[in-house]
Amino acid sequence: MAVQPQVTGLLRFTTAGSVDDGKSTLIGRLLHDSKGLYEDQLESVRRASRDGLELAYVTDGLRAEREQGITIDVAYRYFSTPKRRFIIADTPGHEQYTRNMATGASTASLAVILIDARKGVLPQTRRHAAISHLLGIRRLVLAVNKMDLVGFRQDVFETIRAAFLDFSQRLGPCELDFIPLSALDGDNVVERSARIPWYSGPSLLEYLESVPAENAPEHQPLRLPVQFVIRDGTGFRAYAGQVASGEVRPGDEVLVLPARKLACVQSLPSREGDLERAFAPMPAAVSLADQVDVGRGDMLVDPLQPPVAARRIRARVVWMSERPLTLQTVYLLKHTTQTVCTEAVRMVSRLDIETLDERACEQLGLNEIGTVEFETHRPIFCDPYAVNRTTGCCILIDPATNLTLGAAMIESAEEGGDARRALPSAGRRGMTVWLTGLSSAGKSTLGQALYDRLWAMGHKVEFLDGDTVRQNLCKGLGFSKEDRDENIRRIGFVAELLTRNGVVVLVSAISPYRSIREEVRRRIGDFVEVYVNAPLAVCEQRDVKGLYKKARSGQLPGFTGVDDPYEPPENPEVECRTDLETPQESAERVLRYLEARLA
Amino acid sequence: MLEAESIHILREVAAEFSRPVMLYSIGKDSSVMLRLALKAFYPAKPPFPLLHVDTSYKFGEMIEFRDRTCAELGLKLIVTRNERALEEGADPFRLGTQRCCAALKTRALLDALAEGGFDAAFGGARREEEKSRAKERVYSFRDALGQWDPKNQRPELWNLYNARIDKGESMRVFPLSNWTEVDVWSYIQLESIPVVPLYFAREREVLERNGQLIPMEHHPPLLSGERPVKVMCRMRSLGCTYCTGAVRSTAASVLEIVEELKLARRSERENRVIDHDQEGSMELKKREGYF
Repeated sequence: MAVQPQVTGLLRFTTAGSVDDGKSTLIGRLLHDSKGLYEDQLESVRRASRDGLELAYVTDGLRAEREQGITIDVAYRYFSTPKRRFIIADTPGHEQYTRNMATGASTASLAVILIDARKGVLPQTRRHAAISHLLGIRRLVLAVNKMDLVGFRQDVFETIRAAFLDFSQRLGPCELDFIPLSALDGDNVVERSARIPWYSGPSLLEYLESVPAENAPEHQPLRLPVQFVIRDGTGFRAYAGQVASGEVRPGDEVLVLPARKLACVQSLPSREGDLERAFAPMPAAVSLADQVDVGRGDMLVDPLQPPVAARRIRARVVWMSERPLTLQTVYLLKHTTQTVCTEAVRMVSRLDIETLDERACEQLGLNEIGTVEFETHRPIFCDPYAVNRTTGCCILIDPATNLTLGAAMIESAEEGGDARRALPSAGRRGMTVWLTGLSSAGKSTLGQALYDRLWAMGHKVEFLDGDTVRQNLCKGLGFSKEDRDENIRRIGFVAELLTRNGVVVLVSAISPYRSIREEVRRRIGDFVEVYVNAPLAVCEQRDVKGLYKKARSGQLPGFTGVDDPYEPPENPEVECRTDLETPQESAERVLRYLEARLA
Repeated sequence: MLEAESIHILREVAAEFSRPVMLYSIGKDSSVMLRLALKAFYPAKPPFPLLHVDTSYKFGEMIEFRDRTCAELGLKLIVTRNERALEEGADPFRLGTQRCCAALKTRALLDALAEGGFDAAFGGARREEEKSRAKERVYSFRDALGQWDPKNQRPELWNLYNARIDKGESMRVFPLSNWTEVDVWSYIQLESIPVVPLYFAREREVLERNGQLIPMEHHPPLLSGERPVKVMCRMRSLGCTYCTGAVRSTAASVLEIVEELKLARRSERENRVIDHDQEGSMELKKREGYF
């Protein structure tokens, strides 16, 4: 990798504490004493401080929180020592702690949890530890702060340690360390303190500099979610994605999911020349020797140890929305590089974060944590979160507001699930998906692909293809402007009836004129315009029905694109560049949009 | 690690948005971001154009560098200016830096994004740069007016970015969120990335005012008793000439800059006049749509 981390690399850790535990002061102290603060930043802290140099202000960013005197979100801090670089995800301890802590912990490999020596282990302390552990952090440092206020007494520290150890047995396996310190005075933060002679361990910074940086997924099977298909215009293709685990080399046989086809890796092109191997977490571009249709959302995996192609998953969920998580509600689930519709089919339990007891529940409210079973409309290729953090995590999104509602960590997954069951049967919405574009742009091909996919997903689907329609419903109409408009009007009429009855209607028609398309849109309402776009030259080269040839030789007057205009949509809901992407990719693009609308 | 994260972000945006654009400010961060984009989509070119908001008060050397870079790499560059404001005589000397920036930068940017129908715009901002940026998401949601609401940002977990927006809304995306200034220069060194020569120290004619070294290009009006002086200096961050203070330095190569930064005791934006207009001023500007 290009940025060479010094000596032992980069450590990402999170900090958590209750209000007034002195967390901001501790971070300010770490930055200050490790010379991570610049002079002008210090001056600005001095200006903001009411009383001397209040280090807490170092980490306070936004005006609102300064006015309220609290931090309101996750803030990221950066500092480095000659030994290591650090990224701190600083999370606040007030009411939104679950959401913020989960966010901060999701990218961290270590958590520093503050305890006020005067108060000992509080309910919040247990929560912070539990959430960190839940998010996959297996190394916790309990920073027992404000030791100066308890006279640096060893018995106070030992009591706190014993209390936490007692609780932590219920957490599951993790490394625990305890450091007595005073953030305000700097004892045991950077330098070891002479005022705590009975403690022989490292200072907090020494500790952070010396722990293993990553719980890296070594020797794991290959997982490479495809993000993007790179085409250079010469027919060359490479599948770009970040290696989530394992490694890949030219000559390797990989399994392409969901196609379930084997393919041989031809090369790993990069700007610096072909690579000999790519391993997690490197970005890679993979070109395959075999012809396999691969697109975004697909995954290249180790054929001997493939992930589960799961339609039914059981996951730990951290809910982050005021609107509770309920059964029979459709959510979007984003996992690696694909987004699918999903629905909670069973509420298993809610976690009481203070006692770590599991309780029965019917829904999950804001900042609650629970175990939920989901069914997805399409399979996702996943591993348990405990095994692979990248292929084991997902976020849940509200299809109506686009907000991120929650985070889910997969515990187990199975292939089962019934495509039709995953869809809400009552109140299913109809809509018209209008494919417009030049002749030979690929409308019918895309329409057919969409038809198959929607049908498999359990929708009622109808396909009105322009050519077919002209042989019956619109028989006798010609190609004048008036006849063309009449043709579209009739198709629109039928589409409207079907849409009203809960059918997804796919219309494939050149429909060259903007005004009539807008008229149909107004009538139907639930209307999705898909611009099937390929340059005229490409369409003419394809000339699937030989019509361009006829038009050019004067046999078909008034042919769209040749001697009659095509007015492209100004604001199509979806645009598919069929000269740049495969029909499968175009269908994927449209489906992604439809899934949200249909939900 | 940082490179991998940034390339992942660049590819995600290219795949999930219909019209991304990359804000190209010609500075060191933009140069790194551009190199990462070249890597992310190799052997193809980045599937988005570059956009430069030209206030007309940029350094001549920046414009020259911009045009040369885009020509050499064969990239599509969109240059935008708030022509109306310029015709009305907007300049930082008379308008004041805040209003000048609002008109020539923020307004011009929002207009260009709307005009191009861009639904995602990459920016080279880093969280380490400035206090209010420490909390900025990698994907920063903007409403239909381009505004930022620091209280209503989506939680961002793992590397799963929520790219969903409605029509008219847009996303600002910061692939370099987790880079520090030293990371940027170390990468420039490692990858031999060309940067504007203004970053390298030499003797330059500047105006010394309130401890700031203001470059003389574009002729800032002199107050009584002021006289330009020649100072060995370099730019630590680049903006408009009047708002980019130089810093005294003898670092004339990338390597010397990296060494200098490791010892630096002043933050990189301290020479930006604009940030100091008012305590918390960057945050106010961002709410309005500034990057």
